[in-house]
Amino acid sequence: MFAARISLDLVGITKVYPSAVALNCVSLGIRGGEVVGLIGENGAGKSTLMKVLGGAIAPDEGEIVIDGQSAASLTPSAALARGIAFVHQELNPFSNLDVAGNVLLGRELRSRPFGFIDHAAMADRVRPLLDMLGARFQPSTPASELSLADQQLMEIAKALSTNVRLLILDEPTSSLTLAETRRLLDVIRRLRADGVAILFITHRLAEVEEVADRVVALRDGHNAGELPKGGITRDAMVRLMIGRDVKQFYTPPTTKEGSVVLKTQRLRTRTYPDVSVDLDVRSGEILGLAGLVGAGRTELARAMFGIDPVEAGHVEVDGRPIAAGSVPAAIAAGICLVPEDRKSEGLFLDFSLAENIALPSLSQIATAGFVDHKAELAMADRFRTRLSIRALRLDRPVGELSGGNQQKVVLAKWLGLKPRVIILDEPTRGIDVGAKAEVYRLMRDLAEAGAAVLMISSDMEEVIGVSTRVAVMRRGAIAGVLSRSELSEEAILRLAVE
Amino acid sequence: MYKKDLGLAVLVITVGAIVTLVNPRFVSPINLANTANLIGLFGLFSIAEAFVIATAGIELSIGSVIALLGVIFIDLIASHGVPWPVAFAIVLALSVVIGLLHGWLITQLKLQPFVVTLCGLLIYRGIARFYTKDGTAGFTFGTDLPMLEYIFVGRTAGVPHSVIAFGLFAVLAWFLLHRTVFGRHLLAVGKNEEAARYSGINTKRVIILAYVLCMFLTAVSAVFFAMYTRSVQPSSHGNFYELYAIAAAVLGGFSLRGGEGSIVGVVLGVVLLQVLQNLVNLLGIPSSLNFAVMGTVILVGVIADTQFHAYRQRRHHSATRSALARVSDMPPVNS
Repeated sequence: MFAARISLDLVGITKVYPSAVALNCVSLGIRGGEVVGLIGENGAGKSTLMKVLGGAIAPDEGEIVIDGQSAASLTPSAALARGIAFVHQELNPFSNLDVAGNVLLGRELRSRPFGFIDHAAMADRVRPLLDMLGARFQPSTPASELSLADQQLMEIAKALSTNVRLLILDEPTSSLTLAETRRLLDVIRRLRADGVAILFITHRLAEVEEVADRVVALRDGHNAGELPKGGITRDAMVRLMIGRDVKQFYTPPTTKEGSVVLKTQRLRTRTYPDVSVDLDVRSGEILGLAGLVGAGRTELARAMFGIDPVEAGHVEVDGRPIAAGSVPAAIAAGICLVPEDRKSEGLFLDFSLAENIALPSLSQIATAGFVDHKAELAMADRFRTRLSIRALRLDRPVGELSGGNQQKVVLAKWLGLKPRVIILDEPTRGIDVGAKAEVYRLMRDLAEAGAAVLMISSDMEEVIGVSTRVAVMRRGAIAGVLSRSELSEEAILRLAVE
Repeated sequence: MYKKDLGLAVLVITVGAIVTLVNPRFVSPINLANTANLIGLFGLFSIAEAFVIATAGIELSIGSVIALLGVIFIDLIASHGVPWPVAFAIVLALSVVIGLLHGWLITQLKLQPFVVTLCGLLIYRGIARFYTKDGTAGFTFGTDLPMLEYIFVGRTAGVPHSVIAFGLFAVLAWFLLHRTVFGRHLLAVGKNEEAARYSGINTKRVIILAYVLCMFLTAVSAVFFAMYTRSVQPSSHGNFYELYAIAAAVLGGFSLRGGEGSIVGVVLGVVLLQVLQNLVNLLGIPSSLNFAVMGTVILVGVIADTQFHAYRQRRHHSATRSALARVSDMPPVNS
């Protein structure tokens, strides 16, 4: 049922953004019937490379050779015509349509003579695809009723309906259960047997180990190396991704834990009003908060910081309860939050470095309500040095900096207040390896100076590497707390899934 | 002073110079004083609008509030014998109440500023007309209030007091927006309300204060207008003034998306709009084209600004690219 096997080569692809080089002379080849695992840290350039393949962006340099024909760039329709199809990490199904309507969106079958949508014919077209994928839903099932895994299958069916020769899966298993992941890997094997080329992007190295024929690693926008079938091991992949051994990269704080600083007492959030959370974070420790996407970790952080109102219970700092639902009250008590989405929640991209860093402590460095520009600049300069923020000028917009440096600015914002509790929500998402190491170092320094650090992270290695203890959340509740000696990926996963 | 302000200042001076060349009457003392008076009157509420626009909001009821408060002010004095300072205080208090109401509706009930203030525009105009039974509110013949007259329509050394008030409030506004913590918070809320909340700013209080400030300044301007016209026709008094204010703020670099703009810019924007009005008169352009001239100048100004901005972005981008080219000439670094 498939057209001739694809032969695709990206040669010397370079893409420059105003503030960063996203791809620097990256090459990647793939042939029909092959599963290639594309790995790399967040910010390594994987998604930019995928956008080049999908025709969403044009590279500044390099060529794309498909079946012997060379082109400087693709358009989305050209990519589709050559049999390249995408399943994105963020699924955006049209929940108001049924499965068939989603799969054939924009290519609806019409009935004669009036040109109305022919639902029966569309269902007939989609059904064999669903059968092949082993889907347990019908073409007529409303998309709103599908689980995340089924939505993913629907997206794959959509890709197959376009005569796909190269299927790109971007983090397809990030929100799937173990059983659902097994099913997806089976589908990948079946497609490979049919001669489809599959480019599989994931952070879950075990899956790459299991299904990939070859691994291509990116690091900081460069090719970091390749591994042939026999050489795909977890350690080898990690070395390629971060460029050094894991062990020296991650170190937990060395201090002995002190007294309880942050405590939640039967706290119920709006998202999970039926479960209460009791959590202690001690002075001198980094408590990792693990769990699947949607387990309620961000919601808990938002409730502790006063962004969201709480249903019941309260938060204490050093034994003193703080008013719920008020960020100023939380800050006054010594809590600060490095939010998940730094561009929309953490920073003012058009504001200068100094303005961003000084904002929360502006009143402290003001005289009679007037901003003291000199003090503002001095403060920003101090934190630029302390966090090694790579920026030449303090009066330029923060939006011009790279992701890693932006994240350091978000951290710097809070340091002026000397926080007792620092909550970091996915603090290293999308930043480069060097910046990551510095974020870890800073977290460690803060903990060793006596602060309580709570780190939400979906990156298993990071959680295991830097945490003193790990609390695992499941459906809004704390499923368990693991001490350093009990930490392992398996132990965390067992608590995170039922 | 920002680059944008400089560009606007150059534009004001250029337009002024051209008008002077074509019709020297432009710089005659009487014309200058009249134009300056109008600049002062329109400037007061334009600064008011700028504060709201800085929060990414909009205030559309300025014209109606000027009519309503004007009517009330004159009626209190003329028909009820209220001493004018008391009437002035009542009008200011009313304006604060209106500002609080708008701010409350926008922050607590989460209504869109456009909708809230559009309803205000309709409601206050209606109340003003009902209050006077659609008649004109004016002072009765022979009313003599020399102090009131002196303060609001008098001149000092030939300078109309409206101009002095405008200058005074402009300086205060400049300090408030560009030098105080409150001003920084205001711009932060306008730029990114979510991030402002995450930074511990009481965003609701900041937004409410912006509307209160706006209405307070509008009330001051309403009294100046009422004394300038001496009688208030509630169905037409102050019509479209909010649009003048928005135009002046936009010319002054205030983005309707919030978070940016300069008080110097608004002042220059007000000056430019009034000079353009004057230009239409002095150059013998049919006065029916008045709005068309103003609209064209604003449009051209905004286009020039965005094009200039895009040009600078491109230059910055190509600088980055050539820097990269130099880097990639160097031997690769292996870690």
